[in-house]
Amino acid sequence: MRTITFLLQKEFRQIRRNKTILPIIFVLPIIQLLILVHATTFEIKNVNLCIVDMDMSNTSQQLINKLEGSKFFEITSTTFSYNEAEKQLANNNADMLVYIPQNFARNLIKQKTATVQFIPNAINSNFATLAFSYASNVVMNFNKSITVDWAAHISPQPIKQIETKARYWYNPELNYKWYMYPGIMVILISMIGIFLTGLNLVREKEIGTSEQLNVTPIKKYQFIISKLLPFLIIGLFELILATVLGKIVYGVPLLGNIWVLVGFTFIYLLVVLGIGLFISTLAETQQQMMFIAFFVVIVFLLLSGIFTPTESMPVWVQKFNLINPLSYFMKVIRMIMLKGASFKNLINEFISLSIYAVAILGLAIFRYRKTA
Amino acid sequence: MIKINQISKNYETVKALKNVSFTVDENELFGLIGSDGAGKTTLFRILTTLLLSNEGSATLNNINVKNDYKKVREIIGYMPGKFSLYQDLSVEENLNFFASVFNTTIEENYDLIADIYKQIEPFKTRIAGKLSGGMKQKLALSCALIHKPKILILDEPTTGVDAVSRMEFWQMLKRLQTKGITILVSTPYMDEAEMCDRVALIQNGEILSIDTPKGITNSFPYKLHAISADNKYQLIKDLRNHDNARTVFPFGNSVHFTTANNNLNEEELYNYLMTNNHTNISIIETTPNIEDCFMELMKPSRG
Repeated sequence: MRTITFLLQKEFRQIRRNKTILPIIFVLPIIQLLILVHATTFEIKNVNLCIVDMDMSNTSQQLINKLEGSKFFEITSTTFSYNEAEKQLANNNADMLVYIPQNFARNLIKQKTATVQFIPNAINSNFATLAFSYASNVVMNFNKSITVDWAAHISPQPIKQIETKARYWYNPELNYKWYMYPGIMVILISMIGIFLTGLNLVREKEIGTSEQLNVTPIKKYQFIISKLLPFLIIGLFELILATVLGKIVYGVPLLGNIWVLVGFTFIYLLVVLGIGLFISTLAETQQQMMFIAFFVVIVFLLLSGIFTPTESMPVWVQKFNLINPLSYFMKVIRMIMLKGASFKNLINEFISLSIYAVAILGLAIFRYRKTA
Repeated sequence: MIKINQISKNYETVKALKNVSFTVDENELFGLIGSDGAGKTTLFRILTTLLLSNEGSATLNNINVKNDYKKVREIIGYMPGKFSLYQDLSVEENLNFFASVFNTTIEENYDLIADIYKQIEPFKTRIAGKLSGGMKQKLALSCALIHKPKILILDEPTTGVDAVSRMEFWQMLKRLQTKGITILVSTPYMDEAEMCDRVALIQNGEILSIDTPKGITNSFPYKLHAISADNKYQLIKDLRNHDNARTVFPFGNSVHFTTANNNLNEEELYNYLMTNNHTNISIIETTPNIEDCFMELMKPSRG
């Protein structure tokens, strides 16, 4: 125990003295949480429209006003040439073309039907789908309003309509930031666990100090504890920091029990520390460590369901996610924070992560004892 | 006391050590002399329990390095060839750290390290990474001594250190010896062999010879001459072409020369060199040193 105290003292002294790592521990979470949340949001705003109004009627003008009135669209150009409009799209000056053909109003009255064409730039298919669905919504509303208008001319009784109203549970304002914020927290905690631990361990190997320690009576388990514990503490500290920051800046709620969150983070940190330790036994230099860790983290992260729910991913990805610790924690942290899930709701994840922690730490320590 | 018995170590296909055996007596200053890649570090890593040998055994103060490695670690001080203390901790913090992992304090064993540590004490708050080479080496030695080891194992402690610091370092080792510590030290510098009680010459993982420095030089079987002239390069070439030449090695400002029949006719050689247009020729019979002996011993393996 005395030895571990001395080892820990040494670790914290080195971390405190490290002019690169120390700022990263404090600045990285703030930057990641405050900036990345905006960058990863899927809400689209300010879709630039190029309007080609060949009809120039009252009705077409009404439709254009409706589009302009929507907070999603901004009309950046109007033209009467379809070719010119296409150019705008090609130059990225416009995100979507709105083509209103000649006789739009006349067809609407005489044939009771008319067409309007939307052409979104679909390089980002997600963006295009959303822009188009926003636009269709506007058109539907417009449709309804003209029907009601005309009907009013015929009969004084207003037409009865079925209206669907959606109430969104757990995230009533469909605030994408609330969804992303816990995801970014997962990235943060994983980075601390895998990168900092691994690099710290490999550095001792690279400089040769681990060999010097090997000729002292320090036991391997004491050394490993002294290497993992500081980052476990830092990881938990970052969790608290991030939770508070999210509440203050974005109002991200913490509906669940804080101790359930801390408990899960603790187990998850054991998993990522184990991964960091394991990778460090594969690497001889910090450069190798960096590359292997980067590869592992990117794969785990993109498959973890940080952007899209894993249920909509191919079956093999869902199978893969059984060994992806990020995907468990991603799910758990969102459920605790946004849905107020209790420990009972998460018992399966708890068992999985615990088994994972024991397995990966066991494997890493076994390998570490053999290689160092 | 260190006993090494028939130790062999293979790295895949390379045989790093072949049946190495020798004994270092209690309180002896023993030198292991050999060029780079001879197997010195491999042997030291086996003795310090960092590496397992494929064959053979070794004991330090009668403790087996394989079976009782934990006990061995308590009685040895090891200073690896590469400076491997914490570069981001200060001199004092490094020393304190190594003292505490051995369950001791600087004060407790201060007398042992005093005359080494005093030289770096003025810089005790400086971080180790910012020390000069000589000071780093003194710090490393202090750290290796802080737990009062009975056996000190030093791997090329003087490599990359200036001549004055090297001399100082050997004097420090001599003083440590008077305190009853058994010291095993390796070096690629043959002139340092003279400072040891006994030396072992190692080449390609094999021990070539073990003796006192005097014993090794006395066993040199040939008459040795130091020959010098103005154009040293041409001198070496011409000596090699001489009919009676056996070995020709440059040494300092002169060339060390032995003859095939071990009977040098100085006048004949002088004239031979004169006819080859050498100037300022001097031929003196000289006593062999460790390096001559080492070159001699290495000869068969070089073919």
